[in-house]
Amino acid sequence: MKDEAVTREDRVASLKGMGCSRKRVEDARFTQGKGNYVDDIKLDGMLFGDFVRSPYAHAKITNIDTSAAMEVPGVLAVLTAADLAPLGLHWMPTLAGDKQMVLADGKVLFQGQEVAFVVAEDRYAAADGIEAVEVEYEELPVIVDPFEALQSDVVLRPDTVGEDGSPSDGAHGPRKHHNHIFTWECGDKDPTEQVIANAEVVAEESMYYHRTHPCPLETCGCVASMDKVNGKLTLWGTFQAPHAIRTVVSLISGIEEHNIRVISPDIGGGFGNKVGAYPGYVCSVVASIVTGKPVKWIEDRMDNLMTTAFARDYWMKGRISATKDGKITGLHCHVTADHGGFDACADPTKFPAGFMNICTGSYDIPTAFLEVDGVYTNKAPGGVSYRCSFRVTEAVYFIERMIEVLAIELDMDASELRKINFIKKEQFPYKAALGWEYDSGDYHTAWDKAMKAVDYDGLRAEQKQRIEDFKAGKTRKLLGIGLTHFTEIVGAGPVKNCDILGLGMFDSCEIRIHPTGSAIARLGTISQGQGHATTFAQILASEIGLPADSITIEEGDTDTAPYGLGTYGSRSTPVAGAATAMAGRKIRAKAQMIAAYLLEVHDDDVEFDVDRFVVKGAPEKFKTMKEIAFAAYNQAIPGVEPGLEAVSYYDPPNMTYPFGAYVCVMEIDVDTGVTDIRQFYALDDCGTRINPMIIEGQIHGGLTEALAVALGQEIAYDDMGNVKTGTLMDFFLPTAWEVPNYETDHTVTPSPHHPIGAKGVGESPHVGGVPCFSNAVHDAFRAFGLRQTNMPHDHWRIWRTANELGLHD
Amino acid sequence: MIPASFEYHRPNDMAGVLSILEEHGDDARVMAGGHSLIPMMKLRMADVPHLIDLQDVGGLGGITVGDTITIGAMVTQSDIILHDALADAAPILREASLQIADPQVRYMGTVGGNVANGDPGNDMPGLMQCLDATFTVVGPNGERKIPARDFYEAAYMTGREDDEVMTAVSFAKPAGGHAYEKQKRKIGDYATAAAAVQIVKNGGTCASASIAMTNLSDTPVYSAAAGDALVGTSVDGDAIKAAVGAMLNDIDPVEDNRGPVAFKRHVAGVILARAIERAWSRA
Ligand SMILES: Cc1cc2nc3c(=O)[nH]c(=O)nc-3n(C[C@H](O)[C@H](O)[C@H](O)COP(=O)(O)OP(=O)(O)OC[C@H]3O[C@@H](n4cnc5c(N)ncnc54)[C@H](O)[C@@H]3O)c2cc1C
Repeated sequence: MKDEAVTREDRVASLKGMGCSRKRVEDARFTQGKGNYVDDIKLDGMLFGDFVRSPYAHAKITNIDTSAAMEVPGVLAVLTAADLAPLGLHWMPTLAGDKQMVLADGKVLFQGQEVAFVVAEDRYAAADGIEAVEVEYEELPVIVDPFEALQSDVVLRPDTVGEDGSPSDGAHGPRKHHNHIFTWECGDKDPTEQVIANAEVVAEESMYYHRTHPCPLETCGCVASMDKVNGKLTLWGTFQAPHAIRTVVSLISGIEEHNIRVISPDIGGGFGNKVGAYPGYVCSVVASIVTGKPVKWIEDRMDNLMTTAFARDYWMKGRISATKDGKITGLHCHVTADHGGFDACADPTKFPAGFMNICTGSYDIPTAFLEVDGVYTNKAPGGVSYRCSFRVTEAVYFIERMIEVLAIELDMDASELRKINFIKKEQFPYKAALGWEYDSGDYHTAWDKAMKAVDYDGLRAEQKQRIEDFKAGKTRKLLGIGLTHFTEIVGAGPVKNCDILGLGMFDSCEIRIHPTGSAIARLGTISQGQGHATTFAQILASEIGLPADSITIEEGDTDTAPYGLGTYGSRSTPVAGAATAMAGRKIRAKAQMIAAYLLEVHDDDVEFDVDRFVVKGAPEKFKTMKEIAFAAYNQAIPGVEPGLEAVSYYDPPNMTYPFGAYVCVMEIDVDTGVTDIRQFYALDDCGTRINPMIIEGQIHGGLTEALAVALGQEIAYDDMGNVKTGTLMDFFLPTAWEVPNYETDHTVTPSPHHPIGAKGVGESPHVGGVPCFSNAVHDAFRAFGLRQTNMPHDHWRIWRTANELGLHD
Repeated sequence: MIPASFEYHRPNDMAGVLSILEEHGDDARVMAGGHSLIPMMKLRMADVPHLIDLQDVGGLGGITVGDTITIGAMVTQSDIILHDALADAAPILREASLQIADPQVRYMGTVGGNVANGDPGNDMPGLMQCLDATFTVVGPNGERKIPARDFYEAAYMTGREDDEVMTAVSFAKPAGGHAYEKQKRKIGDYATAAAAVQIVKNGGTCASASIAMTNLSDTPVYSAAAGDALVGTSVDGDAIKAAVGAMLNDIDPVEDNRGPVAFKRHVAGVILARAIERAWSRA
């Protein structure tokens, strides 16, 4: 027939389906400056809003005088809590079940908190208006240390104290203290204590995973436009979850949900920073309603770093027990979690500390217990998952450090200790002590491949020699070999245990096949750089046999896209990717009926083959998907509706569990604290690989963020609650200069429950990278007695470690 | 991060610049590359109602290389890096410039702005003190020359009057070996500690040595004592130790995000020792 010379391989290749390193379709516009970001949106008569922010971390507000600001040319309005209170909008719910001030209601709880919203004709006038607003503050005692917060008489949040003066109940149960938010327990407390008490060996360690920030290149912002004629509110914004934002806006504003259209245009990186709802969104909406004009709000870099969602800030205390020969018997973990002034985490409702209970890691640990206490302090709210699914970075850091500490305690090689304790391939699906059921894994294979690739024994021999040379005064550089085997938990998640504000964490895909054999698919997720338009088209290409190049992927407009919970926590591929495959299969099922009709055989007598249905046993008799698409619109087929469309809402049966084996080889100058990464090897197993090039890009990006976090990136406060790292001069954002060469590698262990076996990869390199860089620093000093030193490992802290170990004497 | 409103002036000769400075006094300030001044204005740490752009003013560019080297105030760090004759005659300038900021900043940042700014983090003030340079300024009463080693009084306080404009820096063609050693946290960062060293070798001994340190006090630190400690020695371990010891008496670092004082002092010593060793190996 038409294309006999074309081989099956050619047909597969021309689809650019799964497994193909298809070039990113987004890049044509991004590399030519043709992206369309929120700040590119310009509407007629658009106004600009910006915040007066608190210079103090804790203060009473005694007066706000806006009169001088109203005199500034171009300033049209100044909103304060007093203006929002009659609407009930001076506070808003957070995604964590807490509430947060939209504009300071009598007091401020962190430096940079929103105090008043100045609306002006342009952003220059708004900036001048801000200067002219006079706020009188009465300073209050500042608490930046969560342990102090739990002892202090100072009440940070008046709403945490009941009528009788005792702590009121919080969103997740009783409070232990007025500055306490919640306690979350997981696992078996008494058995764990018993196992540890009776163990041959116990290693105990405390560690602080410092506060940092996702710092996307594009800051947060929005444009709100209330059309008073038709009663419709359109809200463009940097939203990682546009549908959830629509529902939240409807719930708090009372505007019916069908009258709200939320649009996430191109987003310049999110990394968790753009999941939550911010005062800027509420104020822009109110300002648009008040003025009748569109109102834009865009953060500057300092606003973003100082006030929008931070990450981490976990004080973790661990005990791990083992037999003399290294078999782990129990794990105990306690976390004091600093949430700042409001609990604005974005975790599923039942998980106030996210998936911290993945902290048994890649190891077969029979007994474990986890307890997390959330605490208020005078710091910015947040606690989002910075390129990790809900506290998985913290969990993996914790266990990968505890393994190293145990190896020291046992005087054992850290690789050997891991191998003894890995969950074995035949143990999957594996039920972990803290509740999760790991779907699949093959850790030993990945680990052995990694150790071989870096010549681990050779590295250890070199290190031994280096230590001798150092002691003999021949060199001032130490060599660190950082190891990490991480197990991620992504793809939140099964509606039975995962929801945000009561919204189940399913996701969705809707496909329309056009008569000429091209298609559009819309999803409930939203790309922030992950390349969804490229990869989701590839999934569909393989599922429905139309070329990826003929498939448009659209996301982010709630008027057109099906409901979904958005993109974060590596959930797009595990959840929306599954929905895409399932919707594709519905298309294929209908196409099969059409093909059978056209080929005049029974439905069961045709089978799918790449891009067509063929008659079984007679491959020369077939109908291509292109032909079938046309037939769907021009044939009257008995018993079959015209058209070719499908929708799938996918509720995943389980999470997916990507894993990987990372090795970092680092040179450390003990005199200056300067580090140099000589080698970084990253083996990732994300199950089925949709686009290897995009995977590699995700890994390079995630490792670079991990390097930043481990080696210098932090949000630091002084005792007065002033942010010390509010600009990019001090907040470390690595450039090409600081980034080493990354060697990437992989194994493939498909997820058994995911329709295409994919597991998600966006976060793995960050989750696994941070402990790997950190372990390299620790490992370099192991021979000199170091057990634990907290990140970030910047020059002076490494220097301090060397100094404390007597290496400068 | 939006500056208060300001008037923008762009005169095309020095007379124009000086008359605007005279008219507006404290309210006026010149701008060269703007890469120190504009961030300060955006942070509203500098309030400049009248900004005078020097880009169109003639006579502030150019590099002349002879026994004396003269660099116009508006010469950028990038111009310095690309100038081969200058790199031959005074290689420490290229070595230092390559460690300033990043290429984008270096295309804009000027020598005049860098030395006039008075920010202890800038690298060129220390470098100019090491080279014993002279700054030429012009004001209502004509031209004046100020030695770099006398120019810096405190952070952002210099020997230049508000109504004077810097036109050039000049210095004798340096002799001997050089090194500019700088520790920083990342590309585009100011120094944790930096050392500029020029050493002249005569036979096996040090005939003269000039040493200046950056970002370790509220001004650059020219340490005559550190240089003296090397003169007449074979620049061995003891001599370097003595030089480092002398330098440590002259610096006064403060704690910041780069680290505490003890760390900075330690690193200053390490950086200086490395700079001396490298300069000596080239002498
Ligand atoms: C990200 C970044 C990183 C940087 N890192 C470094 C670094 O590592 N090391 C370093 O040394 N510098 C660094 N800089 C500063 C950069 O080199 C500046 O450009 C330079 O210090 C000032 O030069 P300028 O021409 O931009 O001066 P401007 O910003 O235009 O002016 C600075 C000051 O000098 C005054 N001034 C300028 N020209 C004259 C003149 N002719 N006469 C009198 N007064 C004058 C101005 O009024 C102003 O007060 C960095 C800058 C940035 C933005």
